[in-house]
Amino acid sequence: MNSVVRYFTDIYKGVTSLWTGMKVTGKYFISPGEIVTEQYPENRATLKMEDRFKGEVIMPHDENNQHKCTGCGICEVNCPNGSIEIITKKVPNEQGKMVRAIDKHIYHLSMCTFCELCIKTCPFDAITWGQDFEHAVFDRTRLTRVLNRPGSSLKKKEVKS
Amino acid sequence: MILEIYSFSTLTSSIDEGLNSVMAPWLVTLTEFVIVGIVFLLFYALLGLFLVYLERKVCAVIQNRIGPNRVGKWGMFQTIADLIKLLMKELITIKNADKFLFNLAPFIVIITSFMAIAALPFAKGLQAIDLNIGIFYVMAVSSLGVVGILIAGWSSNSKYSLIGAMRSGAQIISYELSVGLSLLAIVIFSGSMQLSTIVESQADGWWIFKGHIPALFAFVLYLIAATAEINRGPFDLAEAESELTAGFHTEYSGIKFAFFFLAEYINMFIVAAIATTLFLGGWMPLHIGGWEGFNQIMDYIPSIVWFFGKTFVIIYIIMWFKWTFPRLRIDQLLNLEWKYLLPLNLMNIVLISFVVLIGLYFK
Repeated sequence: MNSVVRYFTDIYKGVTSLWTGMKVTGKYFISPGEIVTEQYPENRATLKMEDRFKGEVIMPHDENNQHKCTGCGICEVNCPNGSIEIITKKVPNEQGKMVRAIDKHIYHLSMCTFCELCIKTCPFDAITWGQDFEHAVFDRTRLTRVLNRPGSSLKKKEVKS
Repeated sequence: MILEIYSFSTLTSSIDEGLNSVMAPWLVTLTEFVIVGIVFLLFYALLGLFLVYLERKVCAVIQNRIGPNRVGKWGMFQTIADLIKLLMKELITIKNADKFLFNLAPFIVIITSFMAIAALPFAKGLQAIDLNIGIFYVMAVSSLGVVGILIAGWSSNSKYSLIGAMRSGAQIISYELSVGLSLLAIVIFSGSMQLSTIVESQADGWWIFKGHIPALFAFVLYLIAATAEINRGPFDLAEAESELTAGFHTEYSGIKFAFFFLAEYINMFIVAAIATTLFLGGWMPLHIGGWEGFNQIMDYIPSIVWFFGKTFVIIYIIMWFKWTFPRLRIDQLLNLEWKYLLPLNLMNIVLISFVVLIGLYFK
C-alpha cells in the first residue's frame, strides 16, 4: 500500500515540478523580459562591451604619453605561444646611469589565445584588456602591433612618504 | 440550422465532374491522383518551411531573444534561404556505407509522413482518403518512419548514427503503445475508427469536453507519448546533439539531411493534427449542445481555419515542451513509458470503458 501511495505522489510531484518550469517559459512567451539580442552592426554606436571582455592587449598611456612598462620581460616569458616580444634599450636616468627601458613592446594579435597570463603576471599593471574586437584586416602583418606609443616614457613612481 | 458550414466536397466533386466530361474514367483517376499529389507536395514544402520558422521564433521569444530577423521582414524568408543553401550543398558519399540503404532511408522517412498526411481531414469535405480504419492506418503508417531512421543509422557506418538509431527504435516501439492506447480512448467514446465519423460525432461538443476527466487524461498522455514518438525534445535522444553530434542523421548532408529535418517537422504537424481531430473536434467549430445562437456564430468561421488554428495551438504546446524541459536519459525515458505512462493509460482505458458503459459522459 505504501508503494502505491509513493507511486502516485511521485507522479503528482513530477507533474507539479514540470508545470512550474512550463509556467516560467510560458510567462516569458506572453511577456518577454528584456531582449538580450544585440543587433550587431546597427548598434555599433551604442554597443557597450562587458568590463571583463577580452578584446585585445593594450598598454594604457596617460596624458603625458607615459606608461608603466619597465621592459622587464615577464610577460614575454609567460606567454605560452610567443605572442609578445620585448625589445629593450638603455637610457640614462637622472644620475646619468644607464638603465633598461622599453623600446618596443611587440604584440602579435594573430597568435594570441587571450589566456590573460601576461596581464596577470605583469608586476606593474602596465598592460590590460582593451574592449575593441573588430580586428578583421586584409593583411596579417597588420595584426602585429607595437603597444608602447612612439616617444613614450616610463611613468615615475610617486615617492611614498 | 440556417447556415451550412462550407463543404469542400462541392469544389472537389465539381472538379471531378468537369474532368469526367472530357476524359476517360481511368484518365480521370490518374489526373486526380496527380492533382492531389501536387497539392500535398506544395502543402508539405510550405508547411515545413513555415514550421521551421515558427519553431525558431517561438524558441527565441521564450529565451528572450529576437530570432531570425535579417532575411525579409521579421526574417520571414530565413527558412527559404536555408532551403536554397541545403539544395546547393554537396551530397557527401560515405566510405564503406551501404550506398543503397543510405540513399533510401530519407525517402522512407519522408514517404511515411506523406502517407499519414493523406488520411487527415483538413476541413469539411477536404480529405484525400477517408478510410474506415483511419486512426489505425495513421498509427500504423507513422510508426513505419522508425524503419527509415533505423536504416539511416545502420547504413551510415558510424557509431553515433547507430546509437541514435537504436535509441530511436527503443523509444518509438515503447511509446507507440501509449499513443495507441490514448487514441483508443476516443475510439471507445465515438465508437468508430473513421476520422470523418469521429469529427461528426463532435458536432455538439469536442470529446475533450464531452469525455471530461478521462478524455482530458488521455489527451495529456497522448501529447507526452506523441512528443516522444516524433523524436522531439525533451525526448530527442535519437539526435541528442550534445552526446551523438546529430544521431541518426550525422552522416547526411545537403538535401538528404533536409528530408529528415522536414519529415521531423511534418510529423509534428501530423501528431498535432491527430490530437486536433480526435480530442479537439477537428474542423468542427466550437459547439456547445443547446446554445443555438452561439453555435451559429461559430459556424461563420470557416472549418479550415478551425482546423489549422487548433493544430497550431497543439504545435505551440509541443514547442513549449521542447524549449522548457531538459533531455531525458535513455533509462529515464523507458522508465517513464513502462512504469508510468503505460499503466496509467491502461487504467484510463478501463475507466473510459466503464464511463461509456454506464453513460457517464455528456452526449
